Amino acid sequence: MALDASAPWEDPEAKPVIHFQNVTKRFGDFTAIDDLTIDIYEKEFFALLGPSGCGKTTLMRMLAGFETPTEGTILLQGENIAPVPPNKRAVNMMFQSYALFPHLSIWENIAFGLKRDGMSKHDINERVDEMLRLTRLEQFARRKPHQISGGQRQRVALARSLAKHPKLLLLDEPLGALDKKLRQETQFELMDIQEKTDTTFVIVTHDQEEAMTVASRVAVMDHGKIIQVATPDAIYETPNSTYVADFIGDVNLIEGKAAGQDGDKLKITWAEGQPDIIGTPTTEFSNGQTVHFAIRPEKVSITAEKPEKANCLQGKILDIAYLGNISTYHVELAGGKVIKAQTANNRRLSRRSFTWEDDVWLSFTDTAGVLLER
Amino acid sequence: MRRFFLIAVPYMWLLALFMVPFIIVFKISLSDTALAIPPYTPTLDFAAGWQGFKSFLSELDWENYVFLTEDDLYWKAYISSFKIALTSTILTLLVGYPIAYGMARAPHEWRATLLMLVILPFWTSFLIRVYSWMGILSQEGYLNQFLMSFGLISEPLIILNTNIAVYIGIVYTYLPFMILPIYSALEKMDESLLEAAEDLGCSRFTAFWLVTIPLSKQGIIAGSFLVFIPALGEFVIPSLLGGSKTLMIGKVLWEEFFSNRDWPVASAVAVILLLILVIPIILFQRNEQKQREAEG
Amino acid sequence: MKRFSWFNATSLTLGFAFLYMPMVILVIYSFNSSKLVTVWAGFSTKWYGELLQNDAFLDAAWVTIKVAVTSSTFATVLGTMAAIVLVRAGRFYGRTLFSGMIYAPLVMPEVITGLSLLLLFIGIGLDRGVLTIVLAHTTFSMCYVSVVVSSRLVSFDQSLEEAALDLGCSPFQAFRLVTLPIIAPAVISGWLLAFTLSLDDLVIAAFTAGPSATTLPMKIWSSVRLGVSPEINALSTIMIAIVATGVIAASLISKRSAVRQRAEEQAAERVEA
Repeated sequence: MALDASAPWEDPEAKPVIHFQNVTKRFGDFTAIDDLTIDIYEKEFFALLGPSGCGKTTLMRMLAGFETPTEGTILLQGENIAPVPPNKRAVNMMFQSYALFPHLSIWENIAFGLKRDGMSKHDINERVDEMLRLTRLEQFARRKPHQISGGQRQRVALARSLAKHPKLLLLDEPLGALDKKLRQETQFELMDIQEKTDTTFVIVTHDQEEAMTVASRVAVMDHGKIIQVATPDAIYETPNSTYVADFIGDVNLIEGKAAGQDGDKLKITWAEGQPDIIGTPTTEFSNGQTVHFAIRPEKVSITAEKPEKANCLQGKILDIAYLGNISTYHVELAGGKVIKAQTANNRRLSRRSFTWEDDVWLSFTDTAGVLLER
Repeated sequence: MRRFFLIAVPYMWLLALFMVPFIIVFKISLSDTALAIPPYTPTLDFAAGWQGFKSFLSELDWENYVFLTEDDLYWKAYISSFKIALTSTILTLLVGYPIAYGMARAPHEWRATLLMLVILPFWTSFLIRVYSWMGILSQEGYLNQFLMSFGLISEPLIILNTNIAVYIGIVYTYLPFMILPIYSALEKMDESLLEAAEDLGCSRFTAFWLVTIPLSKQGIIAGSFLVFIPALGEFVIPSLLGGSKTLMIGKVLWEEFFSNRDWPVASAVAVILLLILVIPIILFQRNEQKQREAEG
Repeated sequence: MKRFSWFNATSLTLGFAFLYMPMVILVIYSFNSSKLVTVWAGFSTKWYGELLQNDAFLDAAWVTIKVAVTSSTFATVLGTMAAIVLVRAGRFYGRTLFSGMIYAPLVMPEVITGLSLLLLFIGIGLDRGVLTIVLAHTTFSMCYVSVVVSSRLVSFDQSLEEAALDLGCSPFQAFRLVTLPIIAPAVISGWLLAFTLSLDDLVIAAFTAGPSATTLPMKIWSSVRLGVSPEINALSTIMIAIVATGVIAASLISKRSAVRQRAEEQAAERVEA
């Protein structure tokens, strides 16, 4: 398999910018980070994704220097950063609250870090102007933070943290305070700026859509541990656990038992009176072992007649959610299990083919779902 | 009708017991001292009607104010009051800021208790709080006993009845006025601002200087005025703790009135003190206004 | 999770030591048996006994309490009215003067307030005594009350009153049944503030009291001008004890009601879930 130049994590020779080695962080009895090892590479846009309290913010604050690991080491370009105080680190952070200094103008906020470095006046002017241009804030330079909009504040915070050419930029829920539409626009802006500046970005977020949009790799965290690190498409299509499958996007989870291998296919019995599900495992399952079958709603088709597919289940429509671009059908099978199926509404005036209480067939191929151990 | 009543009652009360007395003070400051009851002249004779009023007006003059400028006692008292109030305000700030800072950075569950501890002395008698220092600062007082028992000094320090005792008294009694506004400014401050400053390369100290101090500026200004304004007209503290050489205008006014029974001069002293106070009061109001605007 | 930093712990310790040490010393030495206040000569409560037999002090205390209760009650009524005028009455002729007269006494040196009131009372020929002190105290403490109450009124959600009007209350009923119970804590703390200010006041009382009335601060004043005295130490201790008990009890009560409220809210949420 050819190595992709933009996927350094697949290259065993590549040197990581950040290397966490068995890092643990405890606050009293509470373990925020639990024996965590991870590499982050240059020019990556790395997302830490998880519910609140999963340790993602602690991880970021350790990178910035506001927390020190209880155990383990963090290397920045091969050097241990534990003894380096936050003001001496080539790492900058964009705060969730933006933390813009209310008594300073936008211009002075951006210049704040540069002045600390003792840069010449001329260089500071040039750099600040460059950052203002990059974030399209030229006409607001003289204003105070409370005189601009939320989206503009977000860009000031970004400009301020990028001004010092950090090796690593940390973004703590950078878009959390923006409304949905603005957030989506800003996501693309962030990616654009990351590309232009060639900086390594680490973003902390609880919004899976945001992580999937911006990141080159996503780390899903839970209870201080990293559950899975992978590219967004791999996280979505081949989650390594029901936790990841359930956290990212919408999923149907069916618990059953392995009932015999047939070539590369596996049969799963899961309910009385329902046909076995046929899937393609990526790991070994012994007979009788518990299998979690995870399948995304959009991979389940819904038809009136029984189709020719590896897996077909009959049920009755319970609910229809019309979301504009797609419709989601909640179909109740005999025995009470509810399966979600999605169809794209790609024709404007098509007649709705199904309605409540209709009997329908759900079907999917034998490679559409993922078989998970836990 | 009800609205009229609601406005009129407190309005009339304040007019009668606040505004009118000032007009009287001003009027008497233009009168002359007399050995009579009341001890000034002229008095307004309503029976004489318009003529009486005219002759009354013609006898008023600025003589007492001229007298104040000629006798350097008064000038010195104003200047020394100003100096003492200013020095004590600065000292109160230096003592109060670290306390307010410590409170604002204390663990959350502690803050209410600390706040109560700062306010508690407010409720105890001002007079007693000033008095408590007399026993400490006197020549044979507790402070001298303490220092001498440790051999730190061989001769008792003379503090009571000096300006130093007055500074201590003002700092002590007005400290809560300084702490509270600074505390409320510091408490509102988002701590991630300090982290942001450190992240951008500030040391702890520069972050304090460049972020914390500017953001608590409103609190510092408010606290300083709250100490300076009452300290300027202070009477109890200089009388109990200060010496015969401690000149403060509140004390002068008291003595002029009670000891010398010179009501017109006392009134003139009061009018001038008021004029001096108007400037800091207006500045204070403007600062409060600015703060409200910044918050709104 | 947050702890005191070394620096903060030090500055708080020193600061509170400075605030409380003088009063602690005063309390300790009030139990000193020696007439020489600064020399410890053994434990005794005799100064308390002497104080309780001193009629002049007891009379003064009685006058002070009478003045304080009357003036703070008047001040609370007038101050609350003034607060409502300030916050709710909108524009009227002389509004600027009115708010000026509310705020000015807060920053006015007591000597000036006292002097001006005395000159007024002499001018209108009012005999000086308890009545004049009450008038004087009412005037300056009503301003404090109105500041306390108006700051509560500003944050008062006016839609509550509108809801009462919508449900058929007259404006006065809406005030009595809705607004007043909600701002009651502020009115009560205004009363307490006025009461303490009156108990505490020396200068204005000294100007406005005639020979017929002496308040406790005036009595203390004439005694401490001559120097430290053990009887005054005992009196101070009693006053400090009363204030400390009152403030601590008040804060415990408000804390307990806050805890109860939180518990009730949590219980309600549990029921909902």
